[in-house]
Amino acid sequence: MNSSQATLLTLAIALSLAARPASAAARDELLADYAVTAKKNNPAFAGFSAARGGVFHRKSFAGGKPDTPACTSCHADDPRAAGRTPAGKAIDAVAVSVSPTRYVDPAKVEKWFRRNCQDVLGRECSAQEKGDWLSYMLSR
Amino acid sequence: MTIPYRPIAFGLFALAFAALLFERAQAGGSHFFPPVSDPVVREECGSCHLAYAPSMLPARSWQRMAGDLKNHFGDDASVDTATTARITDYLVANAADTGGRRHGGKLLRGVPAADAPLRITELPRWVKEHREVPARDWKEARSKANCLACHRGAERGDYDD
Ligand code: HEC
Ligand code: HEC
Ligand code: HEC
Repeated sequence: MNSSQATLLTLAIALSLAARPASAAARDELLADYAVTAKKNNPAFAGFSAARGGVFHRKSFAGGKPDTPACTSCHADDPRAAGRTPAGKAIDAVAVSVSPTRYVDPAKVEKWFRRNCQDVLGRECSAQEKGDWLSYMLSR
Repeated sequence: MTIPYRPIAFGLFALAFAALLFERAQAGGSHFFPPVSDPVVREECGSCHLAYAPSMLPARSWQRMAGDLKNHFGDDASVDTATTARITDYLVANAADTGGRRHGGKLLRGVPAADAPLRITELPRWVKEHREVPARDWKEARSKANCLACHRGAERGDYDD
Protein backbone atom coordinates (compact mmCIF):
# COMPACT_ATOMS: atom_id res chain seq x y z
CA MET A 1 0.00 0.00 0.00
CA ASN A 2 1.41 3.40 -0.89
CA SER A 3 0.92 6.45 1.25
CA SER A 4 -2.00 7.95 -0.66
CA GLN A 5 -3.84 4.64 -0.49
CA ALA A 6 -3.16 4.51 3.21
CA THR A 7 -4.51 8.03 3.58
CA LEU A 8 -7.64 7.11 1.66
CA LEU A 9 -8.18 4.03 3.75
CA THR A 10 -7.75 5.99 6.97
CA LEU A 11 -10.16 8.57 5.67
CA ALA A 12 -12.72 5.92 4.75
CA ILE A 13 -12.49 4.34 8.18
CA ALA A 14 -12.76 7.70 9.88
CA LEU A 15 -15.79 8.57 7.76
CA SER A 16 -17.55 5.31 8.44
CA LEU A 17 -16.94 5.70 12.15
CA ALA A 18 -18.13 9.28 12.11
CA ALA A 19 -21.21 8.45 10.04
CA ARG A 20 -22.85 6.18 12.57
CA PRO A 21 -23.26 8.50 15.51
CA ALA A 22 -24.10 11.32 13.08
CA SER A 23 -27.10 9.43 11.68
CA ALA A 24 -28.31 8.51 15.15
CA ALA A 25 -27.89 12.13 16.22
CA ALA A 26 -29.88 13.36 13.23
CA ARG A 27 -32.76 11.05 14.16
CA ASP A 28 -32.63 12.07 17.81
CA GLU A 29 -32.78 15.69 16.78
CA LEU A 30 -35.78 15.09 14.54
CA LEU A 31 -37.61 13.24 17.31
CA ALA A 32 -36.75 16.02 19.78
CA ASP A 33 -38.22 18.58 17.36
CA TYR A 34 -41.43 16.56 17.05
CA ALA A 35 -41.57 16.25 20.85
CA VAL A 36 -41.39 20.04 21.29
CA THR A 37 -44.30 20.50 18.88
CA ALA A 38 -46.29 17.63 20.40
CA LYS A 39 -45.89 19.15 23.85
CA LYS A 40 -47.00 22.54 22.54
CA ASN A 41 -50.12 21.00 20.98
CA ASN A 42 -50.92 18.90 24.01
CA PRO A 43 -49.52 19.80 27.45
CA ALA A 44 -50.32 16.26 28.64
CA PHE A 45 -47.93 14.80 26.06
CA ALA A 46 -45.75 12.25 27.85
CA GLY A 47 -43.36 10.99 25.17
CA PHE A 48 -43.64 8.92 22.02
CA SER A 49 -44.74 5.32 21.95
CA ALA A 50 -43.49 2.74 19.47
CA ALA A 51 -46.53 0.59 20.27
CA ARG A 52 -48.88 3.43 19.34
CA GLY A 53 -46.80 3.94 16.18
CA GLY A 54 -47.33 0.30 15.23
CA VAL A 55 -51.09 0.65 15.59
CA PHE A 56 -51.03 3.86 13.54
CA HIS A 57 -48.98 2.13 10.83
CA ARG A 58 -51.72 -0.47 10.29
CA LYS A 59 -54.83 1.59 10.95
CA SER A 60 -57.33 2.25 8.13
CA PHE A 61 -58.41 5.86 7.76
CA ALA A 62 -61.37 7.23 5.85
CA GLY A 63 -60.18 10.77 5.06
CA GLY A 64 -57.61 10.07 2.35
CA LYS A 65 -57.67 8.42 -1.05
CA PRO A 66 -59.88 5.37 -1.33
CA ASP A 67 -57.10 3.16 -2.72
CA THR A 68 -54.61 4.06 0.05
CA PRO A 69 -56.48 3.90 3.38
CA ALA A 70 -53.40 2.93 5.46
CA CYS A 71 -49.64 3.29 5.59
CA THR A 72 -49.65 -0.41 4.83
CA SER A 73 -51.33 0.28 1.47
CA CYS A 74 -47.77 0.94 0.26
CA HIS A 75 -45.38 0.02 3.06
CA ALA A 76 -45.40 -3.60 4.18
CA ASP A 77 -47.38 -4.63 7.25
CA ASP A 78 -44.08 -5.91 8.64
CA PRO A 79 -41.84 -2.84 8.33
CA ARG A 80 -38.84 -5.09 7.83
CA ALA A 81 -40.24 -6.22 4.48
CA ALA A 82 -40.31 -4.25 1.24
CA GLY A 83 -43.45 -2.41 0.18
CA ARG A 84 -44.97 -1.40 -3.15
CA THR A 85 -46.68 1.70 -4.55
CA PRO A 86 -49.94 1.56 -6.54
CA ALA A 87 -47.88 2.13 -9.70
CA GLY A 88 -45.83 -0.95 -8.90
CA LYS A 89 -42.58 0.54 -7.65
CA ALA A 90 -40.90 -1.41 -4.84
CA ILE A 91 -40.21 0.50 -1.61
CA ASP A 92 -37.31 -0.53 0.61
CA ALA A 93 -38.22 -1.62 4.13
CA VAL A 94 -38.97 1.27 6.48
CA ALA A 95 -37.60 -0.40 9.63
CA VAL A 96 -34.23 1.04 10.58
CA SER A 97 -32.79 -2.40 11.37
CA VAL A 98 -33.12 -3.25 7.67
CA SER A 99 -32.63 0.22 6.16
CA PRO A 100 -30.08 1.90 8.43
CA THR A 101 -29.73 4.98 6.23
CA ARG A 102 -33.33 6.09 6.70
CA TYR A 103 -34.59 9.17 8.60
CA VAL A 104 -31.27 11.00 8.63
CA ASP A 105 -32.42 13.69 6.19
CA PRO A 106 -35.19 15.71 7.92
CA ALA A 107 -36.25 17.37 4.65
CA LYS A 108 -36.80 13.97 3.06
CA VAL A 109 -38.71 12.67 6.07
CA GLU A 110 -40.95 15.76 6.13
CA LYS A 111 -41.53 15.59 2.37
CA TRP A 112 -42.84 12.06 2.60
CA PHE A 113 -44.89 12.61 5.75
CA ARG A 114 -46.52 15.52 3.93
CA ARG A 115 -47.34 13.44 0.83
CA ASN A 116 -48.20 10.15 2.51
CA CYS A 117 -50.32 11.56 5.33
CA GLN A 118 -52.31 13.49 2.72
CA ASP A 119 -52.81 10.25 0.76
CA VAL A 120 -53.84 8.20 3.78
CA LEU A 121 -55.53 10.60 6.22
CA GLY A 122 -56.41 13.48 3.90
CA ARG A 123 -54.53 15.83 6.25
CA GLU A 124 -51.10 16.39 7.71
CA CYS A 125 -49.98 14.04 10.44
CA SER A 126 -49.57 15.59 13.89
CA ALA A 127 -46.15 15.76 15.51
CA GLN A 128 -47.31 13.08 17.93
CA GLU A 129 -48.29 10.73 15.09
CA LYS A 130 -44.99 11.31 13.30
CA GLY A 131 -42.96 10.75 16.47
CA ASP A 132 -44.85 7.57 17.36
CA TRP A 133 -44.47 6.17 13.83
CA LEU A 134 -40.76 7.00 13.74
CA SER A 135 -40.24 5.46 17.18
CA TYR A 136 -41.89 2.30 15.94
CA MET A 137 -39.59 2.17 12.89
CA LEU A 138 -36.54 2.80 15.07
CA SER A 139 -37.58 -0.06 17.34
CA ARG A 140 -37.98 -2.56 14.51
CA MET B 1 9.58 8.30 -23.77
CA THR B 2 8.01 7.64 -27.16
CA ILE B 3 4.27 7.67 -27.31
CA PRO B 4 2.77 4.91 -29.49
CA TYR B 5 0.46 7.17 -31.45
CA ARG B 6 -0.57 4.64 -34.07
CA PRO B 7 -1.84 1.91 -31.74
CA ILE B 8 -3.62 4.57 -29.69
CA ALA B 9 -5.22 6.07 -32.74
CA PHE B 10 -6.24 2.66 -33.97
CA GLY B 11 -7.67 1.76 -30.57
CA LEU B 12 -9.67 4.96 -30.45
CA PHE B 13 -10.95 4.38 -33.94
CA ALA B 14 -12.05 0.83 -33.10
CA LEU B 15 -13.76 2.10 -29.98
CA ALA B 16 -15.63 4.82 -31.84
CA PHE B 17 -16.70 2.33 -34.48
CA ALA B 18 -17.96 -0.12 -31.87
CA ALA B 19 -19.86 2.67 -30.13
CA LEU B 20 -21.44 3.67 -33.43
CA LEU B 21 -22.55 0.10 -34.15
CA PHE B 22 -23.92 -0.26 -30.65
CA GLU B 23 -25.88 2.94 -30.91
CA ARG B 24 -27.31 1.97 -34.28
CA ALA B 25 -28.31 -1.43 -32.96
CA GLN B 26 -30.14 0.25 -30.12
CA ALA B 27 -31.72 2.92 -32.26
CA GLY B 28 -32.80 0.32 -34.81
CA GLY B 29 -35.61 -1.11 -32.67
CA SER B 30 -38.16 1.01 -30.92
CA HIS B 31 -37.39 -0.75 -27.68
CA PHE B 32 -34.44 1.08 -26.14
CA PHE B 33 -35.13 4.24 -24.16
CA PRO B 34 -32.08 5.39 -22.17
CA PRO B 35 -32.96 5.34 -18.47
CA VAL B 36 -32.69 8.46 -16.31
CA SER B 37 -29.02 9.04 -15.48
CA ASP B 38 -29.37 12.09 -13.24
CA PRO B 39 -29.42 10.94 -9.58
CA VAL B 40 -31.71 13.78 -8.46
CA VAL B 41 -34.26 13.02 -11.16
CA ARG B 42 -34.05 9.33 -10.35
CA GLU B 43 -34.69 10.06 -6.68
CA GLU B 44 -37.49 12.61 -7.13
CA CYS B 45 -39.23 11.03 -10.13
CA GLY B 46 -38.49 7.38 -9.44
CA SER B 47 -39.91 6.72 -5.97
CA CYS B 48 -43.63 6.41 -6.72
CA HIS B 49 -43.16 4.75 -10.10
CA LEU B 50 -40.39 3.87 -12.51
CA ALA B 51 -38.39 7.00 -13.41
CA TYR B 52 -39.88 7.26 -16.89
CA ALA B 53 -37.41 7.74 -19.73
CA PRO B 54 -37.30 11.40 -20.82
CA SER B 55 -37.26 10.29 -24.47
CA MET B 56 -40.85 9.04 -24.13
CA LEU B 57 -42.45 12.50 -24.10
CA PRO B 58 -41.72 15.75 -25.97
CA ALA B 59 -40.04 18.66 -24.19
CA ARG B 60 -43.29 20.64 -24.04
CA SER B 61 -44.92 17.80 -22.06
CA TRP B 62 -42.15 17.75 -19.48
CA GLN B 63 -42.36 21.51 -19.20
CA ARG B 64 -46.09 21.35 -18.62
CA MET B 65 -45.75 18.56 -16.07
CA ALA B 66 -42.95 20.31 -14.17
CA GLY B 67 -45.12 23.42 -14.03
CA ASP B 68 -47.67 21.72 -11.79
CA LEU B 69 -46.03 19.01 -9.72
CA LYS B 70 -48.28 19.86 -6.80
CA ASN B 71 -51.21 18.36 -8.70
CA HIS B 72 -49.53 15.37 -10.26
CA PHE B 73 -52.12 12.72 -11.14
CA GLY B 74 -53.74 13.25 -7.75
CA ASP B 75 -50.40 13.22 -5.90
CA ASP B 76 -48.19 15.98 -4.61
CA ALA B 77 -44.83 15.49 -6.34
CA SER B 78 -43.62 19.02 -5.69
CA VAL B 79 -40.05 19.81 -4.71
CA ASP B 80 -38.23 23.09 -4.07
CA THR B 81 -37.67 25.57 -6.90
CA ALA B 82 -34.01 24.76 -7.52
CA THR B 83 -34.70 21.03 -7.69
CA THR B 84 -37.68 21.59 -9.99
CA ALA B 85 -35.45 23.62 -12.33
CA ARG B 86 -32.79 20.92 -12.37
CA ILE B 87 -35.33 18.18 -13.09
CA THR B 88 -37.02 20.22 -15.82
CA ASP B 89 -33.69 20.99 -17.52
CA TYR B 90 -32.74 17.33 -17.57
CA LEU B 91 -36.08 16.09 -18.89
CA VAL B 92 -36.32 18.83 -21.52
CA ALA B 93 -32.74 18.27 -22.73
CA ASN B 94 -33.33 14.52 -23.19
CA ALA B 95 -36.90 14.62 -24.48
CA ALA B 96 -38.31 12.75 -27.48
CA ASP B 97 -37.91 15.82 -29.68
CA THR B 98 -34.58 17.05 -28.32
CA GLY B 99 -31.57 15.02 -27.13
CA GLY B 100 -33.53 11.77 -26.96
CA ARG B 101 -34.89 12.03 -30.51
CA ARG B 102 -33.01 8.97 -31.79
CA HIS B 103 -34.83 6.82 -29.27
CA GLY B 104 -38.20 8.40 -28.78
CA GLY B 105 -39.02 9.42 -32.34
CA LYS B 106 -41.66 6.85 -33.18
CA LEU B 107 -43.54 7.25 -29.93
CA LEU B 108 -44.45 10.80 -30.96
CA ARG B 109 -46.17 9.72 -34.15
CA GLY B 110 -49.70 11.03 -34.26
CA VAL B 111 -49.17 13.56 -31.48
CA PRO B 112 -50.23 17.01 -32.74
CA ALA B 113 -47.48 19.62 -32.33
CA ALA B 114 -49.81 21.78 -30.26
CA ASP B 115 -50.52 19.01 -27.74
CA ALA B 116 -48.46 18.44 -24.60
CA PRO B 117 -49.68 15.02 -23.42
CA LEU B 118 -48.86 14.14 -19.81
CA ARG B 119 -49.28 10.41 -20.14
CA ILE B 120 -46.99 8.12 -22.11
CA THR B 121 -49.78 5.56 -21.85
CA GLU B 122 -52.11 7.81 -23.86
CA LEU B 123 -49.77 8.40 -26.79
CA PRO B 124 -51.43 6.91 -29.91
CA ARG B 125 -48.31 4.91 -30.67
CA TRP B 126 -48.14 3.47 -27.14
CA VAL B 127 -51.80 2.51 -27.32
CA LYS B 128 -51.19 0.81 -30.65
CA GLU B 129 -48.21 -1.18 -29.34
CA HIS B 130 -50.33 -2.41 -26.44
CA ARG B 131 -53.54 -3.18 -28.29
CA GLU B 132 -53.04 -6.90 -28.03
CA VAL B 133 -52.12 -7.10 -24.38
CA PRO B 134 -54.70 -9.38 -22.73
CA ALA B 135 -57.01 -8.01 -20.02
CA ARG B 136 -55.62 -10.47 -17.50
CA ASP B 137 -52.15 -8.89 -17.82
CA TRP B 138 -53.54 -5.39 -17.28
CA LYS B 139 -55.31 -6.55 -14.20
CA GLU B 140 -52.18 -8.12 -12.82
CA ALA B 141 -50.11 -4.99 -13.48
CA ARG B 142 -52.84 -2.92 -11.72
CA SER B 143 -51.86 0.20 -13.65
CA LYS B 144 -50.80 0.84 -17.23
CA ALA B 145 -48.13 3.08 -15.75
CA ASN B 146 -46.57 0.03 -14.07
CA CYS B 147 -44.25 -0.68 -17.00
CA LEU B 148 -42.06 -2.87 -14.79
CA ALA B 149 -44.80 -5.45 -14.37
CA CYS B 150 -44.40 -6.49 -18.00
CA HIS B 151 -41.06 -5.00 -19.04
CA ARG B 152 -38.56 -6.47 -16.60
CA GLY B 153 -35.74 -4.50 -18.18
CA ALA B 154 -37.53 -1.14 -17.99
CA GLU B 155 -35.12 0.24 -15.35
CA ARG B 156 -32.34 -0.32 -17.88
CA GLY B 157 -34.37 1.23 -20.68
CA ASP B 158 -35.11 -2.11 -22.30
CA TYR B 159 -38.68 -2.67 -23.56
CA ASP B 160 -37.91 -5.64 -25.73
CA ASP B 161 -40.18 -8.15 -24.00
C1 HEC C 1 -49.11 5.80 -1.85
C2 HEC C 1 -48.04 4.98 -1.28
C3 HEC C 1 -47.60 5.30 0.15
C4 HEC C 1 -48.38 5.33 1.29
C5 HEC C 1 -49.88 5.05 1.41
C6 HEC C 1 -47.48 5.64 2.38
N1 HEC C 1 -46.20 5.81 1.91
FE1 HEC C 1 -44.59 6.43 2.99
N2 HEC C 1 -43.44 6.38 1.31
C7 HEC C 1 -43.88 6.05 0.06
C8 HEC C 1 -42.81 6.21 -0.91
C9 HEC C 1 -42.88 5.95 -2.41
C10 HEC C 1 -41.70 6.67 -0.17
C11 HEC C 1 -40.32 7.05 -0.72
C12 HEC C 1 -39.51 5.88 -1.12
C13 HEC C 1 -38.50 5.46 -0.14
O1 HEC C 1 -38.16 6.26 0.77
O2 HEC C 1 -38.02 4.32 -0.24
C14 HEC C 1 -42.13 6.77 1.22
C15 HEC C 1 -41.32 7.20 2.26
C16 HEC C 1 -41.76 7.47 3.52
C17 HEC C 1 -40.98 8.14 4.54
C18 HEC C 1 -39.55 8.68 4.38
C19 HEC C 1 -38.52 7.61 4.66
C20 HEC C 1 -37.11 8.13 4.70
O3 HEC C 1 -36.23 7.33 4.41
O4 HEC C 1 -36.89 9.30 5.00
C21 HEC C 1 -41.78 8.26 5.65
C22 HEC C 1 -41.41 8.92 6.96
C23 HEC C 1 -43.04 7.62 5.32
N3 HEC C 1 -43.01 7.16 4.03
C24 HEC C 1 -44.11 7.52 6.20
C25 HEC C 1 -45.37 7.04 5.87
C26 HEC C 1 -46.49 7.00 6.79
C27 HEC C 1 -46.46 7.45 8.23
C28 HEC C 1 -47.56 6.51 6.09
C29 HEC C 1 -49.00 6.33 6.58
C30 HEC C 1 -49.61 7.51 7.16
C31 HEC C 1 -47.10 6.25 4.72
N4 HEC C 1 -45.77 6.57 4.65
C32 HEC C 1 -47.91 5.78 3.70
C33 HEC C 1 -45.14 5.64 -0.29
C34 HEC C 1 -46.24 5.59 0.56
C1 HEC D 1 -45.65 11.18 -4.80
C2 HEC D 1 -45.62 10.22 -5.88
C3 HEC D 1 -45.10 10.68 -7.22
C4 HEC D 1 -43.93 11.34 -7.51
C5 HEC D 1 -42.89 11.84 -6.52
C6 HEC D 1 -43.88 11.47 -8.95
N1 HEC D 1 -44.96 10.88 -9.52
FE1 HEC D 1 -45.34 10.71 -11.51
N2 HEC D 1 -47.08 9.77 -11.10
C7 HEC D 1 -47.58 9.49 -9.85
C8 HEC D 1 -48.84 8.84 -9.96
C9 HEC D 1 -49.71 8.37 -8.81
C10 HEC D 1 -49.11 8.72 -11.35
C11 HEC D 1 -50.31 8.03 -12.01
C12 HEC D 1 -49.96 6.57 -12.10
C13 HEC D 1 -51.05 5.69 -12.64
O1 HEC D 1 -51.78 6.09 -13.54
O2 HEC D 1 -51.11 4.53 -12.19
C14 HEC D 1 -47.98 9.30 -12.04
C15 HEC D 1 -47.84 9.35 -13.42
C16 HEC D 1 -46.76 9.89 -14.09
C17 HEC D 1 -46.62 9.90 -15.54
C18 HEC D 1 -47.61 9.33 -16.55
C19 HEC D 1 -47.51 7.82 -16.64
C20 HEC D 1 -48.38 7.31 -17.77
O3 HEC D 1 -49.51 6.88 -17.51
O4 HEC D 1 -47.90 7.36 -18.93
C21 HEC D 1 -45.43 10.52 -15.81
C22 HEC D 1 -44.84 10.75 -17.19
C23 HEC D 1 -44.85 10.90 -14.54
N3 HEC D 1 -45.68 10.49 -13.52
C24 HEC D 1 -43.66 11.58 -14.41
C25 HEC D 1 -43.14 12.00 -13.18
C26 HEC D 1 -41.98 12.85 -13.06
C27 HEC D 1 -41.20 13.45 -14.21
C28 HEC D 1 -41.76 13.01 -11.72
C29 HEC D 1 -40.67 13.83 -11.05
C30 HEC D 1 -40.78 15.24 -11.20
C31 HEC D 1 -42.78 12.24 -11.02
N4 HEC D 1 -43.59 11.66 -11.94
C32 HEC D 1 -42.86 12.12 -9.62
C33 HEC D 1 -46.96 9.75 -8.65
C34 HEC D 1 -45.74 10.40 -8.50
C1 HEC E 1 -49.67 -5.39 -18.93
C2 HEC E 1 -48.35 -5.47 -19.51
C3 HEC E 1 -47.66 -4.20 -20.00
C4 HEC E 1 -47.52 -3.01 -19.34
C5 HEC E 1 -48.04 -2.63 -17.97
C6 HEC E 1 -46.74 -2.17 -20.20
N1 HEC E 1 -46.41 -2.83 -21.36
FE1 HEC E 1 -45.30 -2.12 -22.90
N2 HEC E 1 -45.65 -3.82 -23.96
C7 HEC E 1 -46.31 -4.92 -23.49
C8 HEC E 1 -46.36 -5.91 -24.52
C9 HEC E 1 -46.97 -7.30 -24.40
C10 HEC E 1 -45.73 -5.35 -25.66
C11 HEC E 1 -45.51 -5.96 -27.02
C12 HEC E 1 -44.24 -6.73 -26.97
C13 HEC E 1 -43.54 -6.77 -28.27
O1 HEC E 1 -44.14 -6.54 -29.30
O2 HEC E 1 -42.34 -7.03 -28.22
C14 HEC E 1 -45.27 -4.03 -25.27
C15 HEC E 1 -44.56 -3.17 -26.08
C16 HEC E 1 -44.01 -1.97 -25.68
C17 HEC E 1 -43.14 -1.14 -26.47
C18 HEC E 1 -42.69 -1.43 -27.88
C19 HEC E 1 -41.49 -2.33 -27.83
C20 HEC E 1 -40.97 -2.71 -29.19
O3 HEC E 1 -40.07 -3.53 -29.22
O4 HEC E 1 -41.47 -2.21 -30.18
C21 HEC E 1 -42.78 -0.08 -25.69
C22 HEC E 1 -41.85 1.06 -26.07
C23 HEC E 1 -43.45 -0.23 -24.42
N3 HEC E 1 -44.18 -1.39 -24.43
C24 HEC E 1 -43.35 0.67 -23.37
C25 HEC E 1 -44.09 0.59 -22.21
C26 HEC E 1 -44.08 1.60 -21.18
C27 HEC E 1 -43.26 2.87 -21.21
C28 HEC E 1 -44.92 1.17 -20.20
C29 HEC E 1 -45.30 1.90 -18.91
C30 HEC E 1 -45.69 3.28 -19.04
C31 HEC E 1 -45.46 -0.12 -20.62
N4 HEC E 1 -44.93 -0.43 -21.84
C32 HEC E 1 -46.35 -0.88 -19.88
C33 HEC E 1 -46.85 -5.09 -22.24
C34 HEC E 1 -46.97 -4.09 -21.28
